[in-house]
Amino acid sequence: MTQTAPAPPTEAPPVRVAVAQDTEALPARDATAVEPVISFKNVHFYYGPFRAVKDVSIDIREQQITALIGPSGCGKSTLLRTINRMNDLIPGIRVEGEVLYHGENLYGKDVDPVEVRRRIGMVFQKANPFPKSIYDNIAFGPRIVGYKGNMDELVESSLRRAAIWDEVKDKLKQSGLALSGGQQQRLCIARAIATEPDVILMDEPCSALDPRSTLQIEELMAELKKNYTIVIVTHNMQQAARASDRTVFMTMAEDRAGFVVEQADTLEIFTNPQNQLTEDYVSGRFG
Amino acid sequence: MIFQLLLLASLLFSLAVLAILLLNVLTRAWPVFQTRGIDFLTSPLSSDPAQAGISQGLLGTIVLAVLVPIFAFPFGIATAVYLEEYAPNNRLTRFIQINIRNLAGVPSIVYGLLGLAIFVAFFDSIGLGGTRDGRHLLAAAVTLAVLVLPIVIITSAEALRAVPGTIREAGYGVGASRWEVTRKLVLPAAVPGILTGTVLALARALGETAPLLLVGGIVGGFSTPEGQSAVDTLLGNYTALPLTVFQWAKQPQDEFRELAAAAIVVLLAVTLFANAVAILLRNRFERNW
Repeated sequence: MTQTAPAPPTEAPPVRVAVAQDTEALPARDATAVEPVISFKNVHFYYGPFRAVKDVSIDIREQQITALIGPSGCGKSTLLRTINRMNDLIPGIRVEGEVLYHGENLYGKDVDPVEVRRRIGMVFQKANPFPKSIYDNIAFGPRIVGYKGNMDELVESSLRRAAIWDEVKDKLKQSGLALSGGQQQRLCIARAIATEPDVILMDEPCSALDPRSTLQIEELMAELKKNYTIVIVTHNMQQAARASDRTVFMTMAEDRAGFVVEQADTLEIFTNPQNQLTEDYVSGRFG
Repeated sequence: MIFQLLLLASLLFSLAVLAILLLNVLTRAWPVFQTRGIDFLTSPLSSDPAQAGISQGLLGTIVLAVLVPIFAFPFGIATAVYLEEYAPNNRLTRFIQINIRNLAGVPSIVYGLLGLAIFVAFFDSIGLGGTRDGRHLLAAAVTLAVLVLPIVIITSAEALRAVPGTIREAGYGVGASRWEVTRKLVLPAAVPGILTGTVLALARALGETAPLLLVGGIVGGFSTPEGQSAVDTLLGNYTALPLTVFQWAKQPQDEFRELAAAAIVVLLAVTLFANAVAILLRNRFERNW
């Protein structure tokens, strides 16, 4: 699949403040590299004896929004959560195959999942700010890694990048829970980017929001992709069509394991799908 | 409608029972405070009701109110944290949880026997027997701590369980380890519930009589020499408010019954004070996101 997206970003890459000591040396980011940021190589995922996801080999490209779409229960969220090793919290899970992040296998022997989650941030389906002040919500992650720089600046820049600074700049000491749903979700996005990840995972971030907030988040995502790689799971096909650059379509096989049917540029998937299953799904024949 | 009335009637009945008990005690105790005032609080035990006071009992109860939390709460809360946040959900864990609940229901006199057999003997054997061969306040405090430990564990575990899983998930999502999530997110959110549990535990401990009887609490009179050191207090003769109440209630003279009522009032006041401290702490933590 050739990339039909426009030329590399016109903005210079942002200066990344070092917030973590690398426990293992990860390769430096090269703006002209064609190596995908994240690469699944024949990944199978098991909850105990049950295989939830089978033989997934997909690429996530840098500074693009990749959407995972498919019917309920086909393993999209499971797949998303294998990227930042959130599934490790569930006992009895097993991952076969490789999940490469800048060429390094995230499930390698010496990889610390806590470190992974600092570099790959996550925004959840229902906004879940900490029961702390807005300031402390953002500062929590950097404090954990021992951030020594100017915390006020980091908090402000994170809130600005999440397009919520103007709304909360006068109430940083107030509880994060006192915000509206859409604001809370943008707060969670700001919290995720405060640890300076280069990938942001979003698990149906708009499903609990009204259309206006949804649109705000989508506009925010378009702005964020200039500096971050975004992977979004969404049930909303129109959202995937509107907001993403590439789409991965998954569905459930007869053995109830999820698998990837097709991955391509979003325009191709929706206007010229190669697989009949894809065509059926995007035209609404099953969901 | 009738169901609502029945429920309201039950509530009023319970409140009425409490109110009657309180009024009964207060009316009987009032003359003592009126005639004796502070003297009642500062006088030691005596066979003369006009001179007897609760100074020794009050001292014992206050020392227990300080020592029991020190012994019981760290162990109890740490156990609850381990059971809720770290222990795998297997048969052994469930077995332990069931047994902790059973321990909460064991009669307090059994804990007294336990205290006598183990803690008294232990303190005596390591040279901390004092003047009572181990039957002193220190041993009593440890005994009562063990008695209320299951309550602390169960209520703290409930408080931890009540913290939504989404908070933990969000914590892991920004790259916190399990201990960081527990210490910085879960525990602060569970503090109100944990403090409520500790108040319950302390109130229970301060009212217990049977274990103290077995672990050397003195029911008859004893003299406390002037200028007693802290060590002597901890390792010497002692009594506590519940024992004082017990002793005075047994006496044939009516005056002693009034004194018993007055001692009950003081005991309630100590318990209420401990409650107030816990509530103040709870409010301070709740505002501190």
